[in-house]
Amino acid sequence: MDERRPGPRRRRRGGPTALDFAVLTAVLSVIGYVGYRVNSVLVYQWDWSTIPGYFFRRDPKTNEWVANLLIKGLATTVRIAVWGMILSTVAGVLLAFARTSRRLLPRLVGWAYVGFIRNIPPVPFLFLFYFFISTQLMPILGIDRFLAHASPGTLSVMQVLFGDVALIPNFASGVICLSLMMAAYIAEIVRAGIESIPKGQYEAGYTIGLSRLQITWYIVLPQAVQRVVPPLTGQLITLIKDSSLVALISIQELSFLAMEIAISERRFFEVWIVTGLMYFVICYSLALLMRRLERRAAAHGR
Amino acid sequence: MGNQQKVPAHEAPVIEMHGVNKWFDEFHVLKDINVVVRQGERIVVCGPSGSGKSTLIRCINGLEEHEAGRIVVNGIELDPYSRHVDAIRGEVGMVFQQFNLFPHLTVLENCTLGPVRSRGMSKSDAEMLAMEYLERVRIPEQAKKYPGHLSGGQQQRVAIARSLCMKPRVMLFDEPTSALDPEMIKEVLDVMIDLANSGMTMVCVTHEMGFARTVADTMVFMDAGCIIESAPPADFFGKPRSDRTKLFLSQILTH
Repeated sequence: MDERRPGPRRRRRGGPTALDFAVLTAVLSVIGYVGYRVNSVLVYQWDWSTIPGYFFRRDPKTNEWVANLLIKGLATTVRIAVWGMILSTVAGVLLAFARTSRRLLPRLVGWAYVGFIRNIPPVPFLFLFYFFISTQLMPILGIDRFLAHASPGTLSVMQVLFGDVALIPNFASGVICLSLMMAAYIAEIVRAGIESIPKGQYEAGYTIGLSRLQITWYIVLPQAVQRVVPPLTGQLITLIKDSSLVALISIQELSFLAMEIAISERRFFEVWIVTGLMYFVICYSLALLMRRLERRAAAHGR
Repeated sequence: MGNQQKVPAHEAPVIEMHGVNKWFDEFHVLKDINVVVRQGERIVVCGPSGSGKSTLIRCINGLEEHEAGRIVVNGIELDPYSRHVDAIRGEVGMVFQQFNLFPHLTVLENCTLGPVRSRGMSKSDAEMLAMEYLERVRIPEQAKKYPGHLSGGQQQRVAIARSLCMKPRVMLFDEPTSALDPEMIKEVLDVMIDLANSGMTMVCVTHEMGFARTVADTMVFMDAGCIIESAPPADFFGKPRSDRTKLFLSQILTH
């Protein structure tokens, strides 16, 4: 962690070696070969002209620029990602504390949940839970009823937070499915963080009169999270990428709409390259943000 | 310093241990322990490692449960399995061998956490209180730093200030200088001597015999879970009664 300090230790970040050049050459030739195959063997006709129109289009009635499918899909993906991160992190932290509890029942519940989720693939889970959530849970939550009686002001706020109002039940089902899956993995990461906190920290908390809950909240959790920022970042990036899975249950996020464009325009490479880049931009921005958090934490020393 | 016998016998007892026993599974770690600590009294507990010294003081604030006998702290009985332990937490301060500061909080925040969250003190009052005690342990200038940036001796002094901020009736010290580099031991002992002179009731587990001679009203020597000898320092060092005490003293004082 002290790697950032200026000093003689940074000296060994040397320049490129012969091996680096060899690897670079190999990578470039593979890329060149793939390009060659695509161009000459597949005889693929590149045509990027239709792509920009899917970002923004001109509304024929008002003659204004409005967001088209790719931007709408991106917005939905970002919304899924943000809500998914919040829900799955909260659920994951709670599960992690259940798993490290001194009492048997929470430990057992946490253990069963993590064991169940981690050992079935996401696709069956998504289909099964989507059915359950959309037919059983959504009526219980009463989202439809709430939306039917909401004022226009509320609706416009909801629009910003959750996207197209008519699709909110569908959107919520997707987010909940995704969060339930990711919570299990986040729980394991946070649990490792909690278990790495030495016993002396708890004891010191007790001797200054703090309750078990206060020790957890003020002493254990902040340190545990600080310690697991790098693996947590990886898991949140996985969450964003796996949000493309909810296309399977017809949630109109980026991958779903990209698929529609690719099929209707018959421009597979162009559409998927652009879509891939859009995911890359979101995920890499998150990674940079988390890296900054990590450095801030490291500045505390230790 | 001639502190011996300064505490009159009529002072109220703060800690009473009667017939305390404890086992770690099969291992009988405390055997029929009887100790009374009166208001303002300073007790130094010594003995070979594994003799139960740390366990003894950890029973006083409920960090360990005793399985037989009575422990009364501040008039509140900790029954076996320590159900009343919440009532005495914060009344009994503790300083650990490994400091156990909270690394994610600044020195000042380490000191204010207890008063604010446990005593319900306002943040500004707690900060004033904390600065007062940080001055007493002679590191007010480090208040904004994180523990990871301090030396071991400084960290231990912060730990003492953190405990004092709870205004405890008793302070327990569990080998406070054992994890320190030699040149830092004195700065911590000096703070402890100041504290003793201010009238704080103290129970110290330590191997610092110089400190013990200066400060202790009573020396307690433990071996294999028993209290072998309990005497004022002049008698303890001058004419120890037990052979085991003599052996221990010869080992610890000659090297």
